[in-house]
Amino acid sequence: MTASARPLTPPPTTANGPWAWLRANLFSSIGNTILTVIAGWIVYQVAHGVIGWAFVNATFEGEDGGACTRENAGACWPFVSAWFGQFMYGRYPDAERWRVNLTYALALAGLVPLMVPRIPGKLWSSLYVLGVFPILATILLAGGVFGLPDVPTDSWGGLLVTLVISSVGIAAAFPIGILLALGRRSEMPIVRWASVGFIEFVRGVPLITVLFMSSVMLPLFLPNGWTIDKLVRALIMVALFSAAYLAEVIRGGLQAIPRGQFEAADALGLSYPHKMGLIILPQALKLVIPGIVNTLIGLFKDTSLVLIIGIFDLLGMVQAALSAQRWLSPATPMTGYVFAGFVFWIFCFGMSRYSLMLERRLAPGGQRTIAKAAYD
Amino acid sequence: MKHLARGVFWVAAMMVAGAGVVEAQQKTLDTVKARGQLVCGVNVGLAGFSAADDKGVWSGLDVAYCKAIAAAVLGDAGKVRYVATTTKERFTALQSRELDVLARNTTWTLQRDSQQGLAFVGVNYYDGQGFIVKKSAGVKTGKELSGATVCVQTGTTTELNLADFFRSNNLQYKTLVFDKADEALKAYQADRCDSYTTDASGLYSVRLQMAKPDEHMVLPDVISKEPLGPVVRQDDFQWFTIVKWVHFALINAEEAGVTQANVDQMLTSTVPDIKRLLGKEGDFGKGIGLDNEWAYRMIKQVGNYAEVFERNVGAGSRIKIDRGLNKLWSKGGIQYAPPIR
Repeated sequence: MTASARPLTPPPTTANGPWAWLRANLFSSIGNTILTVIAGWIVYQVAHGVIGWAFVNATFEGEDGGACTRENAGACWPFVSAWFGQFMYGRYPDAERWRVNLTYALALAGLVPLMVPRIPGKLWSSLYVLGVFPILATILLAGGVFGLPDVPTDSWGGLLVTLVISSVGIAAAFPIGILLALGRRSEMPIVRWASVGFIEFVRGVPLITVLFMSSVMLPLFLPNGWTIDKLVRALIMVALFSAAYLAEVIRGGLQAIPRGQFEAADALGLSYPHKMGLIILPQALKLVIPGIVNTLIGLFKDTSLVLIIGIFDLLGMVQAALSAQRWLSPATPMTGYVFAGFVFWIFCFGMSRYSLMLERRLAPGGQRTIAKAAYD
Repeated sequence: MKHLARGVFWVAAMMVAGAGVVEAQQKTLDTVKARGQLVCGVNVGLAGFSAADDKGVWSGLDVAYCKAIAAAVLGDAGKVRYVATTTKERFTALQSRELDVLARNTTWTLQRDSQQGLAFVGVNYYDGQGFIVKKSAGVKTGKELSGATVCVQTGTTTELNLADFFRSNNLQYKTLVFDKADEALKAYQADRCDSYTTDASGLYSVRLQMAKPDEHMVLPDVISKEPLGPVVRQDDFQWFTIVKWVHFALINAEEAGVTQANVDQMLTSTVPDIKRLLGKEGDFGKGIGLDNEWAYRMIKQVGNYAEVFERNVGAGSRIKIDRGLNKLWSKGGIQYAPPIR
């Protein structure tokens, strides 16, 4: 008599398969069933509305707003395609747009090696991104030298201006923010009070006020005949503004570093720059990555405030397009805003995903698995 | 981490100092000629008055004035740099000499004309508050709106003008007040009120944003005064005179029947008004610091007032504003220009 294992019978269908999954997860009790039905109804309504607006009732071809003028008109896509160039480059002359594209390519060439952890040579790529690239970009975009025609900044616009303001803002705010954070914790009273004063002053004023100051008051204070480019004014203001916020985030990180780390650095005989640069800041910055990225995403979105001083960022360009009489129609405003929102979302979402990746990578050994589990 | 943190730490501050040092205070005319370009402040975007199209080309009633000035002063209507200005910064930009002229649907008021160092050269568009109604209501004038419910944006002079109009005409009315213009407009479209009121120039473009524009009409009544016109600085009388006469010449050209199309034939005209306008008689251009063909170039390149109006906001445009008050004085409107002589 031999004992042979009986083949396993498959579990009853009530315990496995899609129906079982539905029962276990969505309809396990009367309360859950009601919630499921309500949630399903909401999802259906939203999806129905979105798909109806973006596809079913949308207009895909047309020469002007007349094509999108009818009852229950959905999105007016020809408006976006007609204005796409303007949304991306503003009024940057057609013939010169290759310069913008080249600038983007140069930026990528620096940022990719800097941001992908596996690629070596971080020092060189950061030197390129922060030292060489800004000069190249300024020459390329503004022109006026090396035979490149001059393109005044008031013809820049769209996504180009959004990216210029946010990248210059981020690049300038970071070092200033670190200095301010260190200054605020400094033992030298003048440095400390100056940093505290600056930070508290800037945080006490809305960005919109600062921008207004730069565009409405500043020109009157300058000597007669002097003008500072409007975009440059906005750049400086945005950079100083976000530096103050960043400083507070970084200060949070500095305060989280145990006293022993400072003392150990002192005991090793490290100078102040070495202590901060090699021991304290690397730990502090790592701790506050979510906060930093939060501030940077905020800065990116805040750039659209410049439209109130007549600079056409992406949102400003969309609004300007809405007032062109050729495309006046009931459907264009919504289409334009949805498009702008979508572009902003792509960039912000990209930034937040990158920061998650950084956090995971930089998490100390013990936390790595936990962090991985939490974010995967 | 070490590398990344270092990469971050190697940051160097980047500051672009795009400061431009410009000429000491001098005559605007000389500045414009030396620069070879007119810097004109326009609206960021207002349908029919100033807006750039999808190729970045500016057009509109106010923009046409920039072009006319450039044609008169520099000989080329294309030599204009348009600076988009917002409501709040427009005067600063003019006062700080960033602009040569501000053609930005700006209402002429005593306070602006006196206290802010501004000088209004004339009125290129007589605007005022109007009403839009559904055609099906059968209302033809504002006085027939008795008993109507009117949608209006709160906190604006619009609301006060509305009250004045109905009170002075002894009419009954109800208002439905909204915080934002968009909401007021939505309510009107949802039939919550019989009429929506705002400045007439805006009503016409609002009409195009409705699902069925043909079912709505703007009433001919204008119940408030909003004279819009180009502005220059008070400190340069010569430039003020030039811009003022650019405006007058556009109107005079319409009155004399000189158009973009016939201006070349008109050069041989024997009518004294036309000869003086086109510089065939007298030295009128020299009198304002230009040459005698200034008005010819302007009409040739931009057209007369009627053409500018019709092309940008009138029958030739999508918004189709009725000329109303902006007709010539001889045709029932109030556009009037002193003679060139």
